[in-house]
Formats: sequence, structure tokens, C-alpha cells
Amino acid sequence: MALLEIQNVTRRFGDFTAVDDVSIGIEAGEFFTLLGPSGCGKTTLLRTIAGFETPDRGRILLDGEDLVGRPPERRPMRTVFQSYALFPHMTVEGNVAFPLQMSRTPSAEVAAKVAAALEDVRLQGFGKRYPHELSGGQKQRVAIGRALVTHPTVLLLDEPLAALDAKLREEMQIELINLQKEVGITFVYVTHDQTEALALSHRIAVMNKGRVEQLDEPSKIYGFPRTRFVADFIGHCNLFSGPVGARDNGVLTLDVPELGPVRIATDSALPAGRPGTIALRPEKIRIDAGAPAGTPDNHYRGTVQELLYMGDVTVYKVGMPGGAQIEALLANSQSGRARFFEVGDAVEVSWAVGAGHFIAE
Amino acid sequence: MTVAARRARSFGRWLVAGPPIVYLVVFFAIPSLIMVLASFRTPGEFGGLAPLYEGGTLDLNLDSYARFFSETIYARIFLKSVGYALATTLFCLALAYPLAVLIARSSKRYRDLLLLAVILPFWSNFLIRIYAWMIILGPNAALARSVNGVLAWFGHDPVPLLFSAFAVLVCLVYVSLPFMVLPLYANLEKHDPALLEAAQDLGASAWQRFWRITFPLSLPGVYAGAALVFIPALGIFAIPDILGGPADSLIGNVIKQQFLETRDWPFGSVLSIVLTVAALAIAGLAAWVARRNLGIPSSAKEARA
Repeated sequence: MALLEIQNVTRRFGDFTAVDDVSIGIEAGEFFTLLGPSGCGKTTLLRTIAGFETPDRGRILLDGEDLVGRPPERRPMRTVFQSYALFPHMTVEGNVAFPLQMSRTPSAEVAAKVAAALEDVRLQGFGKRYPHELSGGQKQRVAIGRALVTHPTVLLLDEPLAALDAKLREEMQIELINLQKEVGITFVYVTHDQTEALALSHRIAVMNKGRVEQLDEPSKIYGFPRTRFVADFIGHCNLFSGPVGARDNGVLTLDVPELGPVRIATDSALPAGRPGTIALRPEKIRIDAGAPAGTPDNHYRGTVQELLYMGDVTVYKVGMPGGAQIEALLANSQSGRARFFEVGDAVEVSWAVGAGHFIAE
Repeated sequence: MTVAARRARSFGRWLVAGPPIVYLVVFFAIPSLIMVLASFRTPGEFGGLAPLYEGGTLDLNLDSYARFFSETIYARIFLKSVGYALATTLFCLALAYPLAVLIARSSKRYRDLLLLAVILPFWSNFLIRIYAWMIILGPNAALARSVNGVLAWFGHDPVPLLFSAFAVLVCLVYVSLPFMVLPLYANLEKHDPALLEAAQDLGASAWQRFWRITFPLSLPGVYAGAALVFIPALGIFAIPDILGGPADSLIGNVIKQQFLETRDWPFGSVLSIVLTVAALAIAGLAAWVARRNLGIPSSAKEARA
């Protein structure tokens, strides 16, 4: 049995079902992420685990013990809030000492534990400062130190990096990974940022409309999305939908109206005529000016309609005669080279049957 | 910026700041100076002031100050006034705090309604409201009858509610309450609810959340309310005049007496000055103690950051 068992949890607000029959098992020492767009129920689920929301149905077990009905102050978990929620009238030390005082830690031990926690989050020497004298990143560290000082069984993090700028966010991501390894505490992390989720997590639960769409390792979530929603939400993805056509030796043909037949390697047993979707990452697509080398499984002729120069890569949007637009991505590995094609160029896009991923939906 | 533009801007600033400054100088600074000067002068034979300059000498003396410090009756009245004002402040705080919390935590619709209810008494005249208390506390009113009925049960003689310290205090608290509720509400309403959630998450019980988070953060509101209640209560004369007995004369009544009945202006001025200095000293002391002992950020801006 997992350390934290979420069993059939449902939480409604009036007519709105924020969390809809969710079951997840989170293992000890895991960095687990709840990922989804705003309103998908991830924060409500986190608040239910913390005890701020009471599930209408279902159970939450920690080490086999049912937590439902136990108030937040009596759960062995700590939350890091998006707004940090540092106490403005207390110093950094005062903030970090607060949970220790609440748990009646002998005052002789408090100072040492506070110092250790501040060292964990690399804030030595900041103990006497007030929150308003700290930068956003430092406040975030205080919030994490304060949550970790009592060594909770589970740490819940509600979009903790959302308020930081991009560069600082990346630094903090690396720190969070290291910190989690160091303290060995189970992290349950909520974010709407898919790159953050992919970078940090051992496992991710992608949520949509209160339900878990897919629960997997980051590489599986990215490479083998189980639903259209997951494919679309995680990174950029070309999605081709149409009825299932011919099947030949593990290769299925999908009749995409705006593109034509697309071949895809899959073990899906979806019968012919049923709708299916192919998810294809832009970086898996080749673009050539003339005919591609060899005989690729799928190749289509189109025109470059748009391009976006991003520095390291350039994104090309290629329009097809049937109306489809295919997004492809080429690395600008050659220095000084900004683009290989211009808008209006006729190009050939191609990919192998193994490049995409088939979704029976 | 050109010189002309700078001049125009500075002129605009004076145009805006000018009227209130002139108002304060004419109606506050100059009268205060006149009062300070009067406190050093000799009372006139038939009231008012004796001539300032007569027979080649300036008639300034410390006689009135000497009188204040030599006759203990005034110091006693002063202390009694401080006691009444302090009691008023504490009762107001005890009553206003739960009310302000209730208002700050209710939904937007009820919040406006409750605030309106707090301000509503201001819509009727101050004196009328005091006279209303005369009726409420009067010997034939339901309140006095039921209190004395209960006392009679225990074999106690009836007590008058009106013209007593009780009546003065009740009315002082009643009149001052909105001045405590409003600054407290203004402060509590700004509190981030996430702080209380964080405290709860970190293991704090409801009581600990109040004492460690809500109350310390509300102290600027407490001080503002206390000052708004304490200072007017210290100098009030209408309430003891109307609802108090002979023993409930406060410093405000004595000052009024000096100016209007005894017509000893210099001594009245001395009492007024002592009152002003005492109010300022007590307010300053409270702020100083608060900052030292409770580690309260010195400004509201810091508290919010």
C-alpha cells in the first residue's frame, strides 16, 4: 500500500464537481505532481489532502490511517502556499520557529532546528530579517524551510514557483529536486506548468475537469499521451483525427480528412471505422525542400505558412492542400543560421510510422 | 523641467495645501497659542483676563500653575478622568473586537449592512442620544425596575442607575464604540486569509491562530481605535453633566466650569494644557511600548508587505 492513498475522492461546490472520483496512490519519498489547467481540480485536491476541504465522497489514507475529519493542524503534512503566506510580523526565524512552537518543541531545541532548516534552504544569516526585506525567491525558501522544519511525512506545494520570474524559477526547480532528494520527504506538487512538471516529477497525474486523465512517468506522459487532452496539454503536438482504415502488420492507417491517409505503428485493436487520433510531436517531423531521402512512411507536400524563430529552434507551420496545418520544429544548431525556409516555400514534411503515437479516441 | 513649469507645479501644490494649512493656523495654532499665553496671565476682577501690560510691566506669572500643583483635588479629578477614559477604552475594545472580526469576515453584502448599522447612530444628534440614555436608565424604565426587582429579591435596597458612574461609563462606551469598531474593521478586513490557513497548516489551534496571527497584526488598528476613544473620553463634559452624579465630575467639567461659571480663564487654560499634554504623553507612551515590546512594524506599509 502506498504512503498516501487517495481513494475515490469527490468534492463538489454546488453544481460544480471540482474533484470527480479521483484515486491516486503516492509512494513514500516520491516527487508527485498534479498537473492541469486552471479549474481542473488540482488545487482542490491538494487542499483536500491538507484538510482545508472535506471530500463529499472517498477516503484519504496516510500510512493506512483515514485522515478525513481530521483538521489541518492535526495532519502530519505541511503546505507551501502560492502566496508564501509568511507571517509579516515575525522575522524569518520567527516564521520557521512557529510550527515548532505549535508542536511544543522544547525551546532549547528550537534554535538548532531553525538553524538547520535555514541551512537546508540556504538562508543562513537571514534569520533576523522580516519578510518584507526579502526577495521573492528568498520568501519562497522561507516558506519551504518553515514547512520542512518539523519533518512532515508529506509536503504539499501549491504552485510554489508561479510568482517567480523564469530564470529564478529554473534555479528553484533544481533546488527543489535536490532538496527533495536530501530530505527524502514525499512531495505532492501542484502546477499548471507542464515543463515544470516534466522537469521535477517522478510521476505526474494530468488532471482535467476534476478527473485524472493520465498518471505516469514524465517521459511516458510526453511520449505516450493516453488522451487527446494530455497530448495537447503537454508540450506542442500535432493531432490528426479520423476514422481507422486499413491495418497491416502492426501499422494502422488513419483516414484524416484534411490531410489524407496517415500510417502509424500501434498495437491498438480499435476496429476499422472507429475514430482515432494520432499525436505527433513537432520535433519528430522532417522538413525537406525537395523529395526526402529514402522512402518515408508518411510524406506530404505543403507550403510554409508561418515561422517562429525561437533562438535555439525555429518552428514552421506548414499548410496542407487539404486544410491541415502541421507544426514542425528544426534545431538551429548551425550558428548564425536563423531559418532554413521562408514563408511561401514549398516543402515536403515526412515522418516514420514509429514517430507518432496513436490514441483510440 | 523648466523653471516656469517647476514654479507652476509648486504653485499648484500650495494652492491645494494652502486652505487646510490656513484653516489649521487660524483655528488651531493661534487659539492654542492664545490659550498658552492666557495660562500665564492674571484673571480679571470680573472674569476674563486682567490687562497684559499695565504700569510699565508685563503681567505674566505662574500663579495658576502653582495652584494646579498645590491643590490635590485637581490631580485627583485628573486621575479619575484618566480612569474613566481607560475603562471606556477597554470596554470598547472588548465589545468592538468581536464585532469588527464578524464584520470583516462576513460576505460583502452583510458587511456593508453591518457597517451601516455601526455608523447609524451618527445620524441623530449627540445630545439627543445622551438624553435618550436618561430615559433608558431612568428609575421608572424597564431596566431600572428589573435590576431593582432582582436586587429586592436578594433583600437589597434599590439602586439608582441614572446619575451614577455606571450611567456615565455606559454612555461613554456607547458613544465611543463606532470609533473603535471602524479602525479595527479597516485593519482586520485587510488581513490575508492565507495567513490563517498557513498557521493552521503549521499546527496552530483556533486560539493560537488568534493570539499569534490575528491579534498582533491588528495592533495598529487597536492603537488607532484606542486613541480615537481615549482622547475624546478624557476631555468629555456633556455626558457626566447630564448622566453623572455630583461625584462624577471629570476634568472636562472642571475646565468648562472655570471658563463659564468661575470665570477664571488662566486656570481653565492651565487645566486644558495639562489635559492636552497628558493625552499626547499617554498616546506617545502607548505607541512606544507597543513598538518595543511587541515588535510591531512601525508603519502600516511594512505590515502589509
